Amino acid sequence: MPKLSAAIRHSVAFTLNGVPRTVEVEPRTLLTDALRHGLGMTGTHVGCEHGVCGACTVAIDGAMARACLTLAVAAEGCDLRTVESLAPAPGRLGVLQAAFKRHHALQCGFCTAGILMSLDTYLRRHPNPSREDLTLVIGGHLCRCTGYAPIVAAALDAAAELRGTSEHPEDAAHA
Amino acid sequence: MGIQGERFIRPSAERVEDAALLSGGGRYIDDLGVRPGTLHAAIVRSPHAHADLLSVDKAAALSLPGVAAVITGADLVGVTAGLVPALRVSVDARAIAVDRVRYVGEPVAIVVAADRYRAEDGADLVNVRYRSRPAVVDPEAALGEGAPVLHEDAGSNLMSDRRFRYGDPDAAFAAAAHSLAVTVRYPRNTGSPMECYGVVAEYDPHEDAYDVLANFQGPFSIHAVMARALKVPGNRLRLRTPPDSGGSFGVKQGVAPYAVLIGAAARIVGRPVKWVEDRLEHLAGSVSATNRVTTLTAAFDGEGRVTALDWDQLEDCGAYLRAPEPATLYRMHGNMTGAYAIPHVRIRNRVVLTNKLPTGLVRGFGGPQVYYPLERLMQRIARHLGLDPLEVIRRNLIPADAFPYRTATGALYDSGDYQRALDDAARHGGLADLLDRRDAARAAGRLYGIGFTAAVEPSVSNMGYITAVLTPAERAKAGPKNGAQSTATVTLDPVGTVTVQVASVPQGQGHRTVLAGIVADVLGIPAAQVRVTTDLDTAKDAWSIASGNYSSRFAAAVAGVAHLAATRLRDKLARIAGAQLNIRAEDLVFGGGRVSSRTNPDASLPFARVAATSHWSPGLVPDDVGAAIRETAFWTPPELTAPDAEDHVASSLCHGFIFDFCGVEVDRATGKLRIDRYVTMHDCGVILHPGMVEGQVRGGFVQALGAAVYEELVYGEDGAFLSGTLADYLLPTATEVPDLRILHVESPSPFTPLGAKGVGEGNCMSTPVCLANAVADALDLDNVDLPLTPAKLRALVAEADEPPPPAGHRSAAPAAKAGDRTLRGAGATVVTASPEAVWALLLDPDVLASVIPGAHGVNKLSDTHFTADVTLGVGPVKGRYAADITLSDLDPPRGATLTGTVSGGLGDGGGTGRVTLEPDGTGGTRIGYTYEAAVGGKVAAVGGRLLDGAARVVIGGFFAALARRAGGADRTGPLRRLLAPLLALMGIKS
Ligand code: FES
Ligand code: FES
Repeated sequence: MPKLSAAIRHSVAFTLNGVPRTVEVEPRTLLTDALRHGLGMTGTHVGCEHGVCGACTVAIDGAMARACLTLAVAAEGCDLRTVESLAPAPGRLGVLQAAFKRHHALQCGFCTAGILMSLDTYLRRHPNPSREDLTLVIGGHLCRCTGYAPIVAAALDAAAELRGTSEHPEDAAHA
Repeated sequence: MGIQGERFIRPSAERVEDAALLSGGGRYIDDLGVRPGTLHAAIVRSPHAHADLLSVDKAAALSLPGVAAVITGADLVGVTAGLVPALRVSVDARAIAVDRVRYVGEPVAIVVAADRYRAEDGADLVNVRYRSRPAVVDPEAALGEGAPVLHEDAGSNLMSDRRFRYGDPDAAFAAAAHSLAVTVRYPRNTGSPMECYGVVAEYDPHEDAYDVLANFQGPFSIHAVMARALKVPGNRLRLRTPPDSGGSFGVKQGVAPYAVLIGAAARIVGRPVKWVEDRLEHLAGSVSATNRVTTLTAAFDGEGRVTALDWDQLEDCGAYLRAPEPATLYRMHGNMTGAYAIPHVRIRNRVVLTNKLPTGLVRGFGGPQVYYPLERLMQRIARHLGLDPLEVIRRNLIPADAFPYRTATGALYDSGDYQRALDDAARHGGLADLLDRRDAARAAGRLYGIGFTAAVEPSVSNMGYITAVLTPAERAKAGPKNGAQSTATVTLDPVGTVTVQVASVPQGQGHRTVLAGIVADVLGIPAAQVRVTTDLDTAKDAWSIASGNYSSRFAAAVAGVAHLAATRLRDKLARIAGAQLNIRAEDLVFGGGRVSSRTNPDASLPFARVAATSHWSPGLVPDDVGAAIRETAFWTPPELTAPDAEDHVASSLCHGFIFDFCGVEVDRATGKLRIDRYVTMHDCGVILHPGMVEGQVRGGFVQALGAAVYEELVYGEDGAFLSGTLADYLLPTATEVPDLRILHVESPSPFTPLGAKGVGEGNCMSTPVCLANAVADALDLDNVDLPLTPAKLRALVAEADEPPPPAGHRSAAPAAKAGDRTLRGAGATVVTASPEAVWALLLDPDVLASVIPGAHGVNKLSDTHFTADVTLGVGPVKGRYAADITLSDLDPPRGATLTGTVSGGLGDGGGTGRVTLEPDGTGGTRIGYTYEAAVGGKVAAVGGRLLDGAARVVIGGFFAALARRAGGADRTGPLRRLLAPLLALMGIKS
């Protein structure tokens, strides 16, 4: 990676939710800030900025990552996905999102984007998870509202439904 | 009630809030755009628990490009005033320190800059000088002779001392066959919502008016406090809330001081200013629940029937008393006898200040602090008498035929059948099975216990309860305060669709969904045709002091007033439709999107047409009806009377009931608590939305689990704050949540429009003590305080039965003394240089500068006094520190004692080290060192777990570098090595 001057802003290019984007950042700018304030993608939330809460989780090249612990410049050339990518069309919800709605798996919704992104990333690679598997994935996130049980239930429900659909057509590409 | 038969309850209604929140479309405060030119603030905070503020040097920060201003407390003295509490005391509770800091995290300066990064750069460069003072963190110590006094003008740390007497407690205690006391030290914790505080403020000098957007949650009585702190009349503080808020649990009441601070900053810089709190600030500087020391004594007979209670409560509100405190202490005043019929009560309530974060609203608000001693006491009574604890609870419950029931202290319990709730819970929750499991576990030698708790969950607070902190004479002078005004507005637009506006300021509780359903049912239209807005604008929307989202008031009060407003509007529409159809209004029904005759379905009009009439055809509206366009209803329950001359306090309107039991097992070797099963029975009156009620119960339960087992805002004895990250303040995750069984019985409240009661706070009150009772049962203990951490339980296990440790395990070490953060270490290294050469090295500033990790320069002030600039990092926290080191007990070339302090924006510390130099027999030197140090400030708050390791690394690094220097031909510089331990200590801190 080239050495970047702290004194100037740099243009970083990546694919965001399937669309090529560029954003001007300082070398120290966090990916959360670049997404939220640089690109207006405010669906990714910031709950702690020290890697514990998981609210900022996004997918980078198909792997879940804490955007608050990622420098925006490190996303150069990467394939990023955020919560804004989950709905199949404006005004509609994907399988996982709909399961969250059915199960009352969110209250304030602040933690939700991160949990959705972790589960989405996980389910693409592990289509047959057990309750324990999903609990562990969700265990990487903090939610202060729901008590988690409805989130686990929604994740199990979504996993079952996804096995019967082709919502993750790019699974093959990631396999 | 006139609403029977209407639908209201939608068991599976999906929430209208969810689609946007699931798609990244939420509109939380940091997602909203700001005006062009808006500046961003970062706050410089005190690393000291108690210190004089000597000077704030802004120059370096101001020289940074992009920094617009550095604003101190002194700069704001003329612009702001303090945030007055409910109690007249000589405590200047400002939002920012002026000449003294009184807790770690207290704002000292605001740096305003072009963006947040630059504001934080500026904050790092603000150089604040302090002179530390002794701090006091323990509430009992704060009352002691010679304790440091936080506010000299107040005379002492004791802010309030009130005594209450109900019935004849003296006679009851004198006549009682038995009496027993428990003393509980309830620790500090907080709601820790996932979204922190945020404020965007601007000031209009032409109108002398503030416009503040903040994720505040109410109560809006605080609006008056904020306006006063900003020195403007109420109508010149326009306070708005964002459409979405990322949780609150009471805590976002505490954004109020920051709304004042950022508003004042905007005024000074003449531009809008935005501030978003980070998590480190939130844990150190937002709001904590109170910690409380309670001694509760009961008088009881041989059957375990309690006749009298004697409460001695010492409430610790932190460094300042800010509105609405000391409300935590009085919120439960009507409920001090819990679920029990106890006629005689004595109470002493004291409020004390200590060098900790000021307190405020946190879910459960006063309930956990009351039920912990009360329900521990009930278990202790059973133990004392050799009775079944459940039987002791049952014998004392308020009889089912006694409702509405007036408690000794003045609450009017609306409804309930506690006995039935107990029976149902035992049956459907599988108590018999749990008892068998306990027997089996114990037979196998395992530590298994069962706990019970009965609790009354108050909701819809009386805005007047806090005046119980005043004497009846003081109250009479101030005039009575009471009630709980709730409000809702229903508006019909020109195409006949419906908008509802409420001042309930939700943070995820689904108010919009519930209200859309209620209003739609009243008007006979689909819920999808009703749109609800819950963001509040105090300049335009209806509100009152009780507005906001707290004391579980939504279902009981807000939903009811929305029903009232919709019903009033419907009755007007009925008369308008009746005039057009020539049918009496009473004969019309609203349903299926039409207004129709009850008897002749052909006689009907579309709802939208009737609803639009007042806009388009006011001539068709009967004269005595008036425009049916907008209806605002206010509702306050008559039961919420002001405290009377005998101090009877109707503190809340509704009283739900909770009965919990659980089975737990404590691992002998590790002290880990395993919850085998937890059963919680709720009676919250009419359930408006079962899914949301379940969400409230589950969420509240897990917060309570955190408070019981994992979470504590820890302060060192010197006031250093030690829980500054979510890796230190541990919230439960999905993997810690046990099997929870939720049960319900339903006793509708006769006092609320829909029969509903609050439900969101109960488990925060009942669960911590239920788990503690189970642990006490498992370990056969009389006393146990929270949190029930593995370390504490392991020590208790060891005390209780000292079992032979399992193979390979050492017996449990005693738990470390709370608050002892001393770092201790020792080490040795061998270098090839002689002791004399090493000695010379240690006294050479240049050498020191080259071997001290992170040193930018060492200045020699005298042969034995050095200063240095060092950059040190601990975990995530790296900072620059000024170190000051003196050498004493010089014994050249054999040894010296180093004493030093470090201070910097991220923290401070001090310590001593002894370095010894001994010939190693081969011409070289064996260098030995021991050190002892303590650190404070941010580094202690966020790096506490890492300090020991970091100390070893820094000190080890120093000696390694020194050894390299001393090992070479002309290497020198051992002083540096001497310094290193000190610096390391400090650095560690950094
Ligand atoms: S904001 Fe990234 S983990 Fe909390
Ligand atoms: S829904 Fe509020 S934090 Fe998870």
